[in-house]
Amino acid sequence: MNPTTASSLSEPLAWPEGGVARVPFRVFSDAEIYALEQERIFRGPIWNFLCMEADVARPGDVRTTWVGETPVVVTRDQDGKLHAMVNRCAHKGALVCLKQKENRESLTCVYHAWNYSLDGKLQSVAFRNGLKGKGGMPEDFDPSKHRLQPLRVATFCGLVFGTFSEETEPLEDYLGAPMAKFIARNLGRPLKVLGVHSQMIHNNWKLYAENVRDSYHATLLHTFYTTFKVNRLDMDGGIILSDKKWHHISYTKRATLQAEKEYETVHAGQYQSQLAGPELLRAWDEFDDGITHSIQTVFPTLVVHFTLNSLAVRYFVPRGVDKTELYWVFLGYERDDAAQQRMRVMQGNLTGAAGLVSLEDGCINEFVQRGTHGSPDEEAFIEMGGKVAESNESSRATEASVRGFWHGYRNIMGFN
Amino acid sequence: MAAQLKDAAQVDSATWFRVANFLADYAHRLDDGLIDDWTGFFTQDAVYQVTTRENFEAGYPIGIMLCEGRGMMEDRVLALKTANVFEPHTHCHILGRPDLRPAPDGTIAARSNFSVYRTMESGATELFALGKYLDRIVFEGGQPRFRERRVILDSRCIDVLMVFPL
Repeated sequence: MNPTTASSLSEPLAWPEGGVARVPFRVFSDAEIYALEQERIFRGPIWNFLCMEADVARPGDVRTTWVGETPVVVTRDQDGKLHAMVNRCAHKGALVCLKQKENRESLTCVYHAWNYSLDGKLQSVAFRNGLKGKGGMPEDFDPSKHRLQPLRVATFCGLVFGTFSEETEPLEDYLGAPMAKFIARNLGRPLKVLGVHSQMIHNNWKLYAENVRDSYHATLLHTFYTTFKVNRLDMDGGIILSDKKWHHISYTKRATLQAEKEYETVHAGQYQSQLAGPELLRAWDEFDDGITHSIQTVFPTLVVHFTLNSLAVRYFVPRGVDKTELYWVFLGYERDDAAQQRMRVMQGNLTGAAGLVSLEDGCINEFVQRGTHGSPDEEAFIEMGGKVAESNESSRATEASVRGFWHGYRNIMGFN
Repeated sequence: MAAQLKDAAQVDSATWFRVANFLADYAHRLDDGLIDDWTGFFTQDAVYQVTTRENFEAGYPIGIMLCEGRGMMEDRVLALKTANVFEPHTHCHILGRPDLRPAPDGTIAARSNFSVYRTMESGATELFALGKYLDRIVFEGGQPRFRERRVILDSRCIDVLMVFPL
């Protein structure tokens, strides 16, 4: 990795005193920082989530996706091997694959019909030898020197990851044992996709990365959680950070609720209601560890949530310094019976773009974007639960995982 | 699932006008902010779903919003009035001409296209949703009601969030 210093910016960034408990607002709206993130994070030594293995289940399956702003295509070749490469023709740079999903024998750029095998190697070039002995490529043209730019690929529990860097450690080391174990708890059996959609949110991608790690806001902003006792901070739960602190798990055990008076004073505690349609929250205990709600992140842009029986993968793609597309992939297991699938489907109402416990996140990060936009030199104050980024298995009244994100972000960006 | 019955003739013109007025009334009340009137357009056991063309064509059961029975619809209304947090905005539906055909089960199978524009506090008006309604409509005591209303969005992507039913 190049020595990373903030001096690559035309105006160097000095992180405020207060370390990970402060965030300069400039990082949410500075186009140069955004461009530097593409290089140091998305094309740097990290594993990016690409797609579900189910998206490329059969030989010839092709799936387009993104790594940061870079268009990427994932394929499964005829031997069953997965490949990922930049979705950009080696000739003029046009997109090669246009559909989100398809099944093909090879990849052909529509512009000049350059044809690639499913592993991204250039197979043929139209009019290579010209026509009627005239035109064509020069003598020294070597197709083996022109191919779709490859990424390294790795899979874990039905998730496909890619990295541009040769230096990225093996995927399971990148995740670390506690994170890998919890992903395996949730996704480590044959999966079934139950629905997909996306949401365009008008904020920098890091505001969503913070928001999804923020166990402090969840039960205050999302009233529905609190009232229907799906997730509250007066239930047993905790926060686990990975070694580099940039991945996290937040978990709750619903059966341990001991109602605290503090909740009576906040808006989220005021909404008193019985459900007229109680099947929304009908649930069964799937695991014997008592955990009934969890949110897990993998730096930079992957989230797995498991709320009651609602399981989903979320990932978000930066679409500009102040725009992010948030994707939802709702999942069940192949082994689910009809009654179990129905519970997952009904609980699907909890999350997504119209989710009863998640729709607020569609706008709350935009409120921060709009609030901070004109004040790059001001900073956020993040001291709930302390000033450091450490795991806390006794309380989620903390912003520890948010500080963990900034710890990892500063290291990889060189913002010291 | 409400599929279109390509071979069936349209309903008679008197029924057509009544149902067309019903469809327009539904949209106008939502646009006027009369959210409490929403559940009254449905039978007690009705299904209301908002999903995307991608999910609908793939047969995926989870879309954007799903209510089975008026109780779940009432919970949605109560949640958006008292629990959910969002920036104030209004909707305006533009409806296409409905296609209404009698179905073998005695319901009317309806398909109509729609667009919904959203106006924010800032004054910005933008196209928010575009797609088709696939409905099954019955008469209860002479009054048309939805037994099923599936809202199929052309796009997979929702701008910001969806809180009001379409």
